Amino acid sequence: MRDFLSTARTRLRRAADGDADSDDVGAGSERDDDPVSTGDAAATEAGAVVTDGGTAAGGDGFRDRLNERFGEDFTESAPFWLPPFLLVGLFVYGAIAWNFVISLTDYKGFVGPDYSDLDFEMYVRAVNDSGVIDATVNTFLLVVGFTTVALAVGLVLAILIDRNIRFENTFRTIYLLPMSLSFVVTAQFWLWMYNFNNGVVNIALGTVGIGPVDWIGNSSLVLWAVVFALVWQFSGYTMVVYLAGLRAIPTEHYEAARVDGASTLKMYWRVIIPQLKGSTISAAIVLMVFALKAFDFLYSLVSGYRPPNGADILATKMVREAYSTNNWAYASAIAIILFLMALSIIGPYLYYEYNQGNL
Amino acid sequence: MSDASHEDSDPTDPTDSTGVAARVRDDLAALDGYRVALYAAIIGMTVFFLTPIESGLVTAFKTNPGGISSTLPFAPPPPRFFTLEKWQTAIAALGRGMVNSALYAVPATIISALFGSFAAYGLTQADWRARYKAPVLAMLVAGIFIPYQAVLVPLSQFWGAVPLAELLTPLWVLGVPQSYVGLVELTITHVAYGIPICMVLFRSYYRNVSEEMIEAARLDGATFRRVYRRIVFPISTPMFAVVLIYQFTQIWNDLLFALILVSTESSPAAPVVLILAGLGESMEGQDFALRMAGAFVAALPTLIVYIMFGEEFAEGVAT
Repeated sequence: MRDFLSTARTRLRRAADGDADSDDVGAGSERDDDPVSTGDAAATEAGAVVTDGGTAAGGDGFRDRLNERFGEDFTESAPFWLPPFLLVGLFVYGAIAWNFVISLTDYKGFVGPDYSDLDFEMYVRAVNDSGVIDATVNTFLLVVGFTTVALAVGLVLAILIDRNIRFENTFRTIYLLPMSLSFVVTAQFWLWMYNFNNGVVNIALGTVGIGPVDWIGNSSLVLWAVVFALVWQFSGYTMVVYLAGLRAIPTEHYEAARVDGASTLKMYWRVIIPQLKGSTISAAIVLMVFALKAFDFLYSLVSGYRPPNGADILATKMVREAYSTNNWAYASAIAIILFLMALSIIGPYLYYEYNQGNL
Repeated sequence: MSDASHEDSDPTDPTDSTGVAARVRDDLAALDGYRVALYAAIIGMTVFFLTPIESGLVTAFKTNPGGISSTLPFAPPPPRFFTLEKWQTAIAALGRGMVNSALYAVPATIISALFGSFAAYGLTQADWRARYKAPVLAMLVAGIFIPYQAVLVPLSQFWGAVPLAELLTPLWVLGVPQSYVGLVELTITHVAYGIPICMVLFRSYYRNVSEEMIEAARLDGATFRRVYRRIVFPISTPMFAVVLIYQFTQIWNDLLFALILVSTESSPAAPVVLILAGLGESMEGQDFALRMAGAFVAALPTLIVYIMFGEEFAEGVAT
């Protein structure tokens, strides 16, 4: 049926070639908000062709050539995808290219960048800056630590929720609730949780004889305290992704494992979890992106550009260099390093999606 | 799926069936050791997820030095330490920020959702060669994952160079404070960076739209544009709900762009997240009661949206 329609449509459009295309040019002024029904409009459009056929011919040739080359709906669909694409192209790719050029200048302070003298000096400086190296290591630890733990917690939550429990929706809503909150808000909550004298964390640990611990002030603990808080905020997201994955697995797979006499644990480990590869990959990618955005959280912890000692990541370092000390070119170089880190994650992912036919 | 593997039924299993409702009996019968452990784990996780929020909520009702230091952080305030003063202060401090946030979050949400829908339609239903479509798509999809730090310096340069303040002169003549130019910048910025995720959400929906319906309309001579207006847009309503809710939450919660484009919390145009981030700083010492009240005030719109439309929100994040 579809094939038939498709070929019929193609043939129809070939036959009415000038027709269908020129009405876009000729009747352009009244296309926008046409209150008349389809049939009526077709009639007016046909009329417009008769009167405007000659004048629109030049444009038609160009459109035809474009459609010939790119596909038959190329020009007609362009008003839909082209403006958003141009906006994204300008703000994302144009900005990244511009950022790279700025990183090659010596731009700092309040006088605009000088584009005549370009070199890689800022990158040399970044490689030799122990602050950048620490921030890179911290970024890496944060991304890997947070992603791994959030995936594990989310998987456990999804399996718990999937075991035919009562009030499933209520529990799911509660687990996902922190994700609707801003980093600024959750940072306030966790600052209070980690409070040295009166925080919940220290009081809970106090009952088993540990602490009190200065979570935010201790430079070797603070990064993991942040990871813990982020896991709290985002493991609900992982749960939702895994839950969708679990529900997509046919019931027969569970039953087959049962018949083989596998225990529940073994069934999940051997049969179910291997089938969640797709969910794991897409959740991991999104979690890594969240981790790279942890800037908001770290900024809010201290209400300033300087995060607690031991929790400086590339994102905070870059913003501090730019907006606190006005080392614009240096900040741009750090931004490019961060971008390359992100690209090394996204690039293979997009390629994978492309091979899977999802792109 | 059934829990057939649990024949090792608990000895404490209640077996009396003296006239209790069938459902209760079934529930109790299912309460073997395994079920008990399952529910214990679920409730334990619930406590973990709710504690920071609960602790914040009770703290927001406590008096500052006295109530906070002499009660447990998760215990409700006893009457002598109970106060609403922190909420009043928080609302007074954050009120204008709430208005400012709404002024850019609402238009930016709507425009980015519309653009996302347009782009998704033009890239799914349109018939043009996959060889050329794939790179356009890939660039849009990759836009979701860009760390915003990589565009910040050019963004400041760009908005510094665009004479937006002069273009919007009529507004200032009408008495709008000139610092509100920052909100216009925020709107456009959020639209641009919001399009990719909106496009992806709509795309997954449009790929499942019945092609017969659209083909039939095209055969009847409807233009690409007309098919969108008459068929695709009306059936997108459920997806618009998802996208609008997701986008609104994202834009309302974002701090980075607000910080870069508006920069100070003392600006009349400061968004609520910006004021909240500085709320602790401006007070002497650490007034946690005020911080918690402020956090709840700032989170209120997204919390309301989440409680009312939890399903749509979950669908938005899951895609």
